[in-house]
Amino acid sequence: MPEIILKINGGNYEVKAATTATLAEVLREELGLTGTKMMCNEGECGACTVLINGKPMLSCMTLAIDAQGKDILTIEGLADPVTGQLHPIQKAFVEHSGMQCGVCTPGMILTAKAFLDENPDPTEDDVRHALSGNLCRCGNYRRITECVLDAAEKMRMGEKDEK
Amino acid sequence: MTSPKYLTPGSVEEALSLLSQYGEKAKFVSGGTDLLMQLKREEAVPECLISLGEIRKLDFIKYDEVNGLRIGALTTIVNVANSSLIKSKFGILGQAAGMLGTPAIRNQATLGGNLCNAAPSADTAPPLLVLGAKAKTQGLEGEKLVPLEDFFVGPGRTILGPDHLLIEIQIPILSPHSGGAYLKHKRRQGADLAVVGVAALAVMEGEVLKDAKIALGAVAPTPLRAKKAEAILRGKKVHQTLLEKCGQAASDEAKPIDDIRGSADYRRELVAVLVKRAMTQAIQQAEG
Repeated sequence: MPEIILKINGGNYEVKAATTATLAEVLREELGLTGTKMMCNEGECGACTVLINGKPMLSCMTLAIDAQGKDILTIEGLADPVTGQLHPIQKAFVEHSGMQCGVCTPGMILTAKAFLDENPDPTEDDVRHALSGNLCRCGNYRRITECVLDAAEKMRMGEKDEK
Repeated sequence: MTSPKYLTPGSVEEALSLLSQYGEKAKFVSGGTDLLMQLKREEAVPECLISLGEIRKLDFIKYDEVNGLRIGALTTIVNVANSSLIKSKFGILGQAAGMLGTPAIRNQATLGGNLCNAAPSADTAPPLLVLGAKAKTQGLEGEKLVPLEDFFVGPGRTILGPDHLLIEIQIPILSPHSGGAYLKHKRRQGADLAVVGVAALAVMEGEVLKDAKIALGAVAPTPLRAKKAEAILRGKKVHQTLLEKCGQAASDEAKPIDDIRGSADYRRELVAVLVKRAMTQAIQQAEG
């Protein structure tokens, strides 16, 4: 089995993995980064979404070896690494009960993060479209959408404060 | 499962020489979203995986007024869907690309991968067929340019064989007063494979439909043109009865199967309805 190097949440991880191993398997089983959830394992549900070079991608549909040399962000790397402060989207999920069973949550939050980075002022419809590849089997879509809209507003206000 | 070799050629030539070495024991990894399903189900147990991600020169969208549009095989579906060039000149292709899979799948999947996987339901195929697209392939002995119509052989099978790579899709310039529509019937609003996909292209000359093209997805072993249905409309002043005849003809040309997404009968019904609807939209757009 080849040794591969993955850049995850800013750090380099060296790991031995089969060439057919998915990124989701390596994250969870080799590196213990179990924040990334694996639900359908066939590209249907979005639970395993991570950001690769800033874009939401399915870690169950990505070969780990193909992710070498790319910037991988998992849910573990989203909070501020120095202060431990949660990202505004994570805060919104806590405040407004964005999660029920929690299995879709990391994928939802990372998909929303990539989306808000490019669309800071979305409509409710835009958010629903952006999250259309992430299934929530608890059916908590309404509150999840509210969380993302709320986070978007706080992020816009935060940017104004900094200016 | 044993761990296949993993190779990352930096050029088409290098990829072809690896292909000549491994032949059918090799599998290409482009976006990987279809391939990984095959690996997981152990439908494909390759001796080696050839990752094409390093061949950057196959990731491009180019247009000029002489040759039309050229899209590199490794262009991601999201880039096809979001390209302002494609939106303005070949809107139907961008529309179909935007309906493929989920946002995350579109970030990974490539145009070449969607076509080479050769699923009868491939969303990019019907619009490319009505746009008269050609597939440029490359082998060790040179390049070939084939109409996309001849590219598909059967479910999961193309003309590529064990020694050619799809490198580029070419689309000729559209006539003025053209319009198009791609309609995809799914079981739910979110991501799903097409139960039926229909692309229609209309070219108007005054009140006459000068040219009409119709392509169907998910209703035959390959994506296909409904040429008898097209002939009913071509050169005519179109009215409701004619459109209904055309829809019926397309339905007769379809050879659907029963599967988990719908019965053959249901699909035939859908083809008649969607062809009529898609052509109506295409004509409206061409007139607008």
